[in-house]
Amino acid sequence: MPPVSVDGSLEKLRREGHIVIVGASLAGLRAAETLRDEGFTGTLTLVGDEPHDPYDRPPLSKQVLLGRVPADHTGLPRRRALDARWRLGVAATGLDLAAKRVHLADGDSLEYDRLLITTGVRARPWPHELEADLDGVFVLRTSDDAAQLHRRLNAGPSRVLVIGAGFTGSEIASACRERGLDVTVVERGSAPLVGALGGVVGEVAAKLQREHGVDLRCGVMVTGLEGDSAGRLRCAHLSDGSTVEVEVAVVGLGATRNTEWLASSGLGAGPRGIACDAGCRAFDVRGIVTDDVFVAGDVARSPHPLFGYQFLSLEHWGNAIAQAEVAAHNMVSSSTERRPHVWTPSFWSAQFGVNIKSVGVPPMADEIIVTQGSLDERCFTAAYGYQGRIIAAVTFDQAKWLEFYQRQIEQAAPFPPEFTTVDRRPEGMRPVPADFPDPSLPSHGPTVTLSGHSPSDRRISFTPLHA
Amino acid sequence: MRLVVDLNRCQGYAQCAFLAPEAFTMHGDEALMYDPQPDDAQREHVLRAAQACPVKAITVEGTDGALIAERAGASRVG
Repeated sequence: MPPVSVDGSLEKLRREGHIVIVGASLAGLRAAETLRDEGFTGTLTLVGDEPHDPYDRPPLSKQVLLGRVPADHTGLPRRRALDARWRLGVAATGLDLAAKRVHLADGDSLEYDRLLITTGVRARPWPHELEADLDGVFVLRTSDDAAQLHRRLNAGPSRVLVIGAGFTGSEIASACRERGLDVTVVERGSAPLVGALGGVVGEVAAKLQREHGVDLRCGVMVTGLEGDSAGRLRCAHLSDGSTVEVEVAVVGLGATRNTEWLASSGLGAGPRGIACDAGCRAFDVRGIVTDDVFVAGDVARSPHPLFGYQFLSLEHWGNAIAQAEVAAHNMVSSSTERRPHVWTPSFWSAQFGVNIKSVGVPPMADEIIVTQGSLDERCFTAAYGYQGRIIAAVTFDQAKWLEFYQRQIEQAAPFPPEFTTVDRRPEGMRPVPADFPDPSLPSHGPTVTLSGHSPSDRRISFTPLHA
Repeated sequence: MRLVVDLNRCQGYAQCAFLAPEAFTMHGDEALMYDPQPDDAQREHVLRAAQACPVKAITVEGTDGALIAERAGASRVG
């Protein structure tokens, strides 16, 4: 049934309104498609700072670095025709909430009836600018980044340094080893993936890396990158006093949310993202929800009923799509027709030949229990517990079981689990501390961040240590 | 042709890797590695793989009654 508004304004919006989407990646594209699916026939404009058609990022650290797929071959398939206006290669620079206008880097501005912000995140650069500019220092977030890094790996560098063993860093290390390149991984925490999956699973990831020939150094920081007289990266200095000779360094220190362009707009936007309600409507700095500005994808912080209504920031592929679809639906629906975004966090990573998948919010957990398989075999399912309930689960090469655990999480099932499993005797089922690092310490990014209950949290800042 | 696989859904059944090995390969026991832009000559194989996927994780452009031709560049302004 088409939505009806008392004064006809919603019908007019759906028929001839102007919707602007700032951010032309996965979330922006899927939102645009959903708007058309929902019957929006007005003008639709997508703004993107990259010059490329919307493309998929997960293959960049895997297929592309392995040389199996060219970096410009990850364009996202369209689900339908869009009839949209595209402003690609032009960043948004400001937002005037009162005038309902988005300002663009080329001096133009766009008036909107409804605005969707899907500006996502960007790679956090190496904090020391002169060192970051050395030839051989890379980040990996965009298709252009991937093309450049791939070209350099093709040249056969003597050694690659990966700074930060989060998912991206670990996948890069995996691709390098598969290509036969020598790799040193330096991780500030106690193990790879420790911020996202905790110390117990992190230990498995560490063994996996070492078995595949990675020179893994944990509990250590890179304090400086040094170039030769021609400005080419020559070596890295570490906090334990050692030096590693490297020709390529990839900085995998997590991501920064693209919210700077909203700094003086009055929206509740800050380093942790843009706060929105469960219906994807953005909050302003006063904590009042807006009627015409919506948010989706990596840049959003939204409250989740499964996790105590804390704001969650998710850097997850699946969340970008699910939230974009809800936001788009709500943008052209009356208040009673709107839907909440209650997606259960899920992500995957493929590295060193293992398929790692997770549901829920592992970093919230205090305990973990291996319910199926075994850590030693790198083939297992583990459940995470928080205050007596299952809050998350992770699988290594056991993806088929994950859906069951997702239902357990959604039903707030008890932890430790009461069910028995096929391959483990009940007496072997003992929870142990999940061993997450102090969440107040900066890390390469757990991919899920719990960021409190305040809709206008603008205080968090992050300053990585450097020489 | 462009395609994407929802790897949250994918459970490694590997049906696609049997039906369209040029586009889909298993990487280890369970992880799928695919070509997001396989050659058009692969189209029949890829469509068969998408149909056979037990968890319907594969989206191929132009199979849902939608237009294929439209690209961002075609309607770009400014």
